[in-house]
Amino acid sequence: MTTHATPRPGDPAITPALVAEHGITPDEYDRVVAMLGRTPTLTEIGIISALWSEHCSYKHSRPVLKTLPTQAPWVLQGPGENAGVIAIGDGLAVAFKIESHNHPSAVEPYQGAATGVGGILRDVFTMGARPIAMLNSLRFGSLDTPRVRYLVAGVVKGIGDYGNCVGIPTVAGDVMFDAAYEGNPLVNAMCVGLLREEELIRAKAEGVGNPIIAVGARTGRDGIHGASFASEDLSAETEAKRPRVQVGDPFTEKLLLEASLELIRSGHIVAIQDMGAAGLTSSSAEMAERGDVGVTIDTMKVPVREAGMTPYEILLSESQERMLVVATRGREAEVKAILAKWDLVAEVIGEVIAEPVYRVTEGDRVVAEFPGTRLVTDCPQYHPEARESDAAIERRTRDVAAIAEQPEEADPIWTLTRLLEAPTIASKRWIHRQYDSTVRTSTVAGPGHADAAVIRIRGTRKAIAVKTDCNGRYVYLDPRVGGRIAVAEAARNVACTGATPRAITNCLNFGNPKKPEVFFQFREAVYGMGDACRALETPVTGGNVSLYNENPQGAVYPTPTIGMVGVLDDAAHATRMTFTTPGDAILLLGEPREELGGSEYLAWIHGTVAGAPPACDLDAEKALIDAILEAIRAGHVRSAHDCSEGGLGVALAESCIADETHPLGAEVDLSAWPALSRRALLFGETQGRIIVSTSDADAVTAIATRHGVPVYRIGTVRLATDGLTVQVGASRWTAPLATLADAYHGAIPRAMSRAAAETVGTEGVA
Amino acid sequence: MTRFVVSVHIVPRQGLLDPQGKAVADSLRTLGFAGVRDVHVGRHVVLELDAADAASAERAVREMCSHLLANPVTEDFELAGVRPA
Amino acid sequence: MKVGVVSFPGSNCDEDALLAIVERLHESAVLLWHKDHDLQGADVVILPGGFSYGDYLRSGAIARFSPIMQEVVAHARRGGPVIGFCNGFQIACEAGLLPGALLRNVSLQFRSMPVTLRVETSQTVFTNAATAGARLTMPIAHGDGRFTADADTLTRLESEGQVVFRYVNAAGEPTEAANPNGSMRNIAGVCNPGGTVVGMMPHPERALEPLLGSTDGLVLFESLLASVKA
Repeated sequence: MTTHATPRPGDPAITPALVAEHGITPDEYDRVVAMLGRTPTLTEIGIISALWSEHCSYKHSRPVLKTLPTQAPWVLQGPGENAGVIAIGDGLAVAFKIESHNHPSAVEPYQGAATGVGGILRDVFTMGARPIAMLNSLRFGSLDTPRVRYLVAGVVKGIGDYGNCVGIPTVAGDVMFDAAYEGNPLVNAMCVGLLREEELIRAKAEGVGNPIIAVGARTGRDGIHGASFASEDLSAETEAKRPRVQVGDPFTEKLLLEASLELIRSGHIVAIQDMGAAGLTSSSAEMAERGDVGVTIDTMKVPVREAGMTPYEILLSESQERMLVVATRGREAEVKAILAKWDLVAEVIGEVIAEPVYRVTEGDRVVAEFPGTRLVTDCPQYHPEARESDAAIERRTRDVAAIAEQPEEADPIWTLTRLLEAPTIASKRWIHRQYDSTVRTSTVAGPGHADAAVIRIRGTRKAIAVKTDCNGRYVYLDPRVGGRIAVAEAARNVACTGATPRAITNCLNFGNPKKPEVFFQFREAVYGMGDACRALETPVTGGNVSLYNENPQGAVYPTPTIGMVGVLDDAAHATRMTFTTPGDAILLLGEPREELGGSEYLAWIHGTVAGAPPACDLDAEKALIDAILEAIRAGHVRSAHDCSEGGLGVALAESCIADETHPLGAEVDLSAWPALSRRALLFGETQGRIIVSTSDADAVTAIATRHGVPVYRIGTVRLATDGLTVQVGASRWTAPLATLADAYHGAIPRAMSRAAAETVGTEGVA
Repeated sequence: MTRFVVSVHIVPRQGLLDPQGKAVADSLRTLGFAGVRDVHVGRHVVLELDAADAASAERAVREMCSHLLANPVTEDFELAGVRPA
Repeated sequence: MKVGVVSFPGSNCDEDALLAIVERLHESAVLLWHKDHDLQGADVVILPGGFSYGDYLRSGAIARFSPIMQEVVAHARRGGPVIGFCNGFQIACEAGLLPGALLRNVSLQFRSMPVTLRVETSQTVFTNAATAGARLTMPIAHGDGRFTADADTLTRLESEGQVVFRYVNAAGEPTEAANPNGSMRNIAGVCNPGGTVVGMMPHPERALEPLLGSTDGLVLFESLLASVKA
C-alpha cells in the first residue's frame, strides 16, 4: 500500500547529510523509500532513526541472540517483552530484567544512573509486578584518576537517591575496576518484581477502537535522540551533548508505580508500556507490532511541558516517568480517575485502528505514516564479519607462568593483603551503605553478607536469591569461555545461598559491532552463555544489548553481564558467606589447578591482563551446584563462599572478615597440592570451587562425593584473635585479622575520600 | 493586580554546622582558591505572583517563607529582589 | 489496639509499618490516605518513612500541610500517641509536634546500616516496656538524619527527659564514631513533654524478625500496645 504524509512548514529538505546525521545508512534510507513509495518526512526520518538504532532494533545482534535457550517449564515470559517472568510456585511469579545506561552515565553520572534505575523499574512494574529488589552491575576505570572517582561518586549517588526514594531495596550487584573501562563506564541496573501469575500483563495493543492514553509526566525536550545516542561511540563531542540527558523524578516514579499497578489490577486496560528509549515512538510502534494492529496518534493531544514542541520532538522525547496505555474503550474516565488519585495526568492521544498503518498526526495533518508494522519488522538485520583480534590471541597465549614473582611475594600474606585492597576485590560497603537495602522488610541477606542477596517472599516459606556477575577480562581473553564463566559464576553464587538457579537476564556490553574483532567477541560470548544456560538449566528471559561502548582508546572489555534469579523453597536455608562458629571444619569443594590467566593477581600485582582464563567445566559446575544445594538443605552448611577474583586465598580471608561485626579466624593447611605453584594455589581463579564451613564434615563430604565433586578438609574456623593461618608444606604464615580487615574494608573509603572535591556538586541527598 | 517576580535566599542559620558549605570550601581550597574563608550553601527560590503592589507581594512572600519555604529552626531567609514581571 | 498508618504520596515504609502491626503484633491497622480528614478511629498514628512529596523542598516540609495532618495534630494535642519513623520523624518536627529539625547527614551521604541505640527513658508510650540504658540494634536508612536544635532546646530536652534514644557504640557509649549522621549529642529520637509523641530516625519496624537479623524493635511496639491497653 502507499502511505501519505505531509512535511510540516519549515521542515528542512531531506538530504543525504540530514539522513546521515540521523545515523541512517544510505542502504537503510533506500529501504525506507521503498517501504513508503516516496520521500520520507522529517518526522518519519526521526522515527526511523530511533527505531532502527541498535538500542531498539538489535539489528546487529538478533541473529546471534536467537541461539540462546529461552524455554523451561517455569518460564512464563521469555524475551521480547518489557521483562522476563518465571513461576516460583504457590501461584507466584517474578519478573526481572537488566538494562544498561552506560552512555548517559558517562556524560552525567548522577542523572544517567538515576534514570537507568527508573527505566528498569518501569519495565518490571509494567508487567504487573511490584518491584521488590534492585541490583547494579558497575564497571569503572582505575580509581586512581579523579574523573573515575567523580563517576563512581555520581553513579552511586544517582542509583541510591532514585531507588531509596521509590522505596525498593538495592540489595546486590557487582563492581569491577579496570583501565579498560576508562571513559566508558558500564552502569547496568536490574530490577526484580513479584506478581501473581494471573496478574501478568503484556505490552500488546489489541482491540480496534481502544484508546491509547499517555500517562504520567508531561513530555519535554529532554533526552531527544537518547536511543541513537546510546548507539554511538563516546568522544569529546559527546560531552557537548549534555542537554540530551534526561532528568529523573523518583517521586513521580513512585506515584506512577502505584497508579500503574492499580490500573493493571482494575481490568480497565489491555496493555501498558514504559515510554523508555525513543519514548512515544518506540512504545507505540512496539505495542502495535506485538498486537499486529494499526495505531494512530495525534501529537497535539500529548501533554507537553514546553510550548511549541514539534511532532518530531514529541515523538522522540525521552522525558522520564511516562507510560503508554491501551485502555478498554469506554473506560477512559475510570483510567483518568485512578491517575488523578495519584495526582497524575492521563490524556487520550490516539487509538487502535483496523487499518494496517502506523500513523502520526498533528491535528488534521498526517506527519508520518508507515504501512502495517513494517516500521518495526523491516529494519535490516546485519551479519557482520567476525574475526578474533591478533592482540587478544597474543594476550591469551602469553606464558604467564614466566612472569617473575616480586620479591615481597615471598610472604604470601603481603600478596593477600595487597589483593584485599584491590578495589575490584575490596569491600564495597562505601557504595552499598548509600543504598537502602532493608526497606520492604524482606531482605534476609543484603549486600556484602552472602554470595547473592536473599529476599523472602511474604506469605510463603520461599525466598529468591539474586546476583549479577561478569568478568570482562575472561571474556576478552577467551570470549566463549568467558561467556560460560559469567553464567556459571552467577549460578554458583546463587546456589551458595541455598537457592536453585532458575533463569537469567543479560546485559551485553560490547564495542562497535562493525569491527570484526568486536563482533567475534559478541558472537562467541553469546555462544558461551548459551552453553552454560543449557547445562545449568537457566534459560534467558530477556535483557538488553549495549553496543558502541568505546572511547578513543578502543572498546571496553566485552562484558556480558548476567543477572541470575534463584529460588529457595525455605527462606530459613539462606546461607551466608562468613564463618559463624569457631571449631567448624572448613572444606573445599572442587579442585585447584595451575590457572593464573586473567586473574586479579596478575592484573593488580603485575599489571598484566593475559593468559588463558580458567577452564569452565559445565558438567562439574552442575554437579557442584547440586551438591552444595543438597548439603545446605540437609542443614549441614554454616557458610558457603564461592572462589572468584583473588582465588582461594581471598575467599578464605573474606569468609573471616567480610562481616565486620563478627570476624572469625581460620587455620588452613593447603599441602594437598604440592604440584601447584604457591601463587596459583592461593590466588589462581580456577572455577567450580566453594569454601564451606560445617559442623558435620563427614556429611558434607559424603554428599559431595555422591555428586562426584572433589572435596577436601582444609582447615578449621578459629577465634578472631587467632588470625588467619595458612600452611603449605613446611611453610606457615599467620595474618592478624585487623591487618586484613583494614585492607579489605578501608581501601575504597580511602580512595574515595580524595573524591570529596568532585562530589559536592551533586544534589539531592534526602 | 500586578504580577511580580520575587526572589528569596534561604541559607543555613548563622553558626549552624553546614557540612555542604564546608565541603565546598574545602574543595575550593584544594583547587587553589586559598583565600576562601567560609562558604554557605542555601536555596534560591523565585516566585511569580499577583499582588496589589510591591509591598504586599513582599509581605506575602515573607509569610510563605515563615510557613513553608524556610525552616525557622535551622534556616534564615532574606528577600533578594521584588520586581514587576 | 487500632493503628492508623498515614500514606503520604512518596511514603514507602507505610506498608512495612502496617504489616508490622498486623503480622507481628496481631493488632489491627489501617492506611490513612493523605487527602482524607478521617483517622478511622485509630488509637495510635504512625507517620512512616519514605520521601513524602519527594522531600523536594525539605524533608517533611510539605507533608505537614496535607489534610490528614490536621487530624493527626489534633489527635496529638488530645494526648493521642503519634510515632514517627525516619521521614515520619522529620514530618513531626516540621509540624511542630516535636522540637528540633533533621538536617542533611554530616557525611553528605545517605546512610543505610544497622546502628546501636541506647534507650534513654522508659517514660514514653513507645519505651515503657524497655529499660532505660537498654541497647537495641536496628537499621537506619536516611540522608537527612542529623538532629539539630538550639542550645536552650537541647538543655530542656535533656533535663525534661525528652531524649528517647541515642546512637551508641557496642559498649553503650555515645561516641562520635557511633554517630551515623552527626546528630547533636548523638540524639536518635525525641519525644514531646508528655511522652505521647515519639520520633526516631532508625526503623524499629525493620527489626521484628529473626529472619531479618534483629528483633530489637519488638519491645517498642509492645510498649505501644501496653500504653494503649492501659
